[in-house]
Amino acid sequence: MIQLENICWRAGSFQLAGISLVVPARSYAVLMGRTGCGKTTLLEIICGLRRPEAGGVRIGDRDVTRDPPGERGIGYVPQDGALFPTMIVRDQIGFALRLRRRSATEIQQRVQELARQLGVDHLLDRLPHNLSGGERQRVALGRALAAKPSVLLLDEPLSALDEELRDDLAVLLKSIHRELQVTALHITHNGREAAQLADVLFRLDGGQVRESSLPAGSS
Amino acid sequence: MTTSSPRSRVSLFWISLAVITALYLLFILAMLGATAAYTTPHHWLRALGSREIRYSVGLSLATCTATALLSLLLAVPVGYLLSRGRFRGKEALDAALDIPIVLPPMVVGLCLLILFQTPFGRAIERLVPFTYTVAGVVLAQFVIGAAFAVRTMHGTFDHLSSRPEDVAMTLGCSRGRAVWLVTIPAARRGMFAAASIAWARSLGEFGPILVFAGATRMKTEVLPTTVWLELSVGNLEAAVAVSLLMVALAMLVLVAVRLAGERV
Repeated sequence: MIQLENICWRAGSFQLAGISLVVPARSYAVLMGRTGCGKTTLLEIICGLRRPEAGGVRIGDRDVTRDPPGERGIGYVPQDGALFPTMIVRDQIGFALRLRRRSATEIQQRVQELARQLGVDHLLDRLPHNLSGGERQRVALGRALAAKPSVLLLDEPLSALDEELRDDLAVLLKSIHRELQVTALHITHNGREAAQLADVLFRLDGGQVRESSLPAGSS
Repeated sequence: MTTSSPRSRVSLFWISLAVITALYLLFILAMLGATAAYTTPHHWLRALGSREIRYSVGLSLATCTATALLSLLLAVPVGYLLSRGRFRGKEALDAALDIPIVLPPMVVGLCLLILFQTPFGRAIERLVPFTYTVAGVVLAQFVIGAAFAVRTMHGTFDHLSSRPEDVAMTLGCSRGRAVWLVTIPAARRGMFAAASIAWARSLGEFGPILVFAGATRMKTEVLPTTVWLELSVGNLEAAVAVSLLMVALAMLVLVAVRLAGERV
C-alpha cells in the first residue's frame, strides 16, 4: 500500500496543497494529469527525492516520510529510463544487489532471471547508448525490480515510445505486476495507457487528487 | 536586377564569415610560421641540449602535471556544487570563483607574495615553504589553472542529467555514493578536459611565478621563465627554440582534448 496524507509542497507560485491518496496493496494505480500539474513532484515525494513541507508518506505499514530514498523499499522508473551512462546492462540490473552485498552467484542468477522475463537477455553486455527506447525502459524496469521492492513507481515510462512498442511494454508491465504482486503507481497523461493498465485511477488537477472511474474497456 | 535572391544573399553572408575566419586563422599561422622559420633544427637541438633548459623542461612538465591533478581535486567537488547545489548566494560564489581568471597575472603573484608575509602565510611557510620554491611555482600555477578547471567541471556537470543519480539513491546509495558510482564515471571526459586545460594554462604561466617563485636558474625556472631569461641576455635563438617547444606541447594538449571530446 502507498498512502499520502495531506502532502503540501511549494516551489515559487506552484503548490500542491493537502494531497491525500491511498493505493491499495498489490493494485496497479494510474495517476493522470496534464503536463506540469505536479505528477512527477508527487512521485519524487514518494521516492524521497523531495521532502514535503507538511504531510506524511506511508509505504505498507511504515511511515517513510523521513527515510532516505534507498530505505523505502521502492523501485523507480523515470521517464527516459535514466540508465547509468557508463554501465553495461548486466551491471545496471545487478546494481541494487551489489549495493546490498549479495553474492556474485545470487546477483548473476537474479540478473539472468529478470533479463529473461523482460526480454533483454541478449543485451546484457551492451552500454545504454546502444539500446533502443523500448530496450532502455525494459532495462530500467529490471534495475528497479532487482532488489524485489514492495512498491514500483513509474514516471511516464511509455511516453517516449511509438504506439506498437507502447502496447508491448504495457502488456509486459501488466504481466510483471501480476507475477510479482507489487503495488504500482504509474503516472501518465495518456488515457489509452490508463485504460490498458489501471486497477485504480486518480486524477491530479488544480493541486488536488481525486479518484476517478476507470475508462470503458479498461483491464 | 537590383535585388539579389535570398540564395545569393545567404551565400554572400557565409562567404563574408568564411573570409573573416580565414584571415584570423592566417594571422595565427603566420605568427607561428614566422617563429618556426626564425630558428633551425641545429639551434633547436643546441638549445634543448643545454642543462638549464633541460631542467626547465623537466620542472615545467612536473609542476604542470601536479597542478593539473590538484586542480582536478578541487574542480570536481566545486564544479558539482555549482552545478547541482541550490543555495542563496550561488551566483555570487560563481562570480567570485572567476576572480583568478580576470585578475592580471602579475597581480596574482603579488597577492600570493603578500599573503605569505601575513601571520597566516608565515605559519604555512613554517610547514611548507612556498615563496621562491618549487612548491611556490605549483601554487602560482594552481591559482589560475584551478579556476579554469572549475569552469570546465561546472559545464560538464551541467550537461549530465541528475536523474541517474536520483535513481541510484532510490536503489540504496547515499548522495555521495551515487555521485561516485554513477556521475563521476560519466564525467570522465570532462575531467580529462579540465585537467588538460589546467595543465596547458599552467605551462604558459609566467607573471605569478616570476613574482612569487622567482626566476632562479636550476631552481624555479620553468619554460616561460627560460624564454624571458634567454631574451634578457639576447639569446634569441634559444628563446625561440623554447617557445616552439611550448607551442608543440600546447598543440598536443589541444589535440588530446579534442580527441577525448570536451563535450560530455
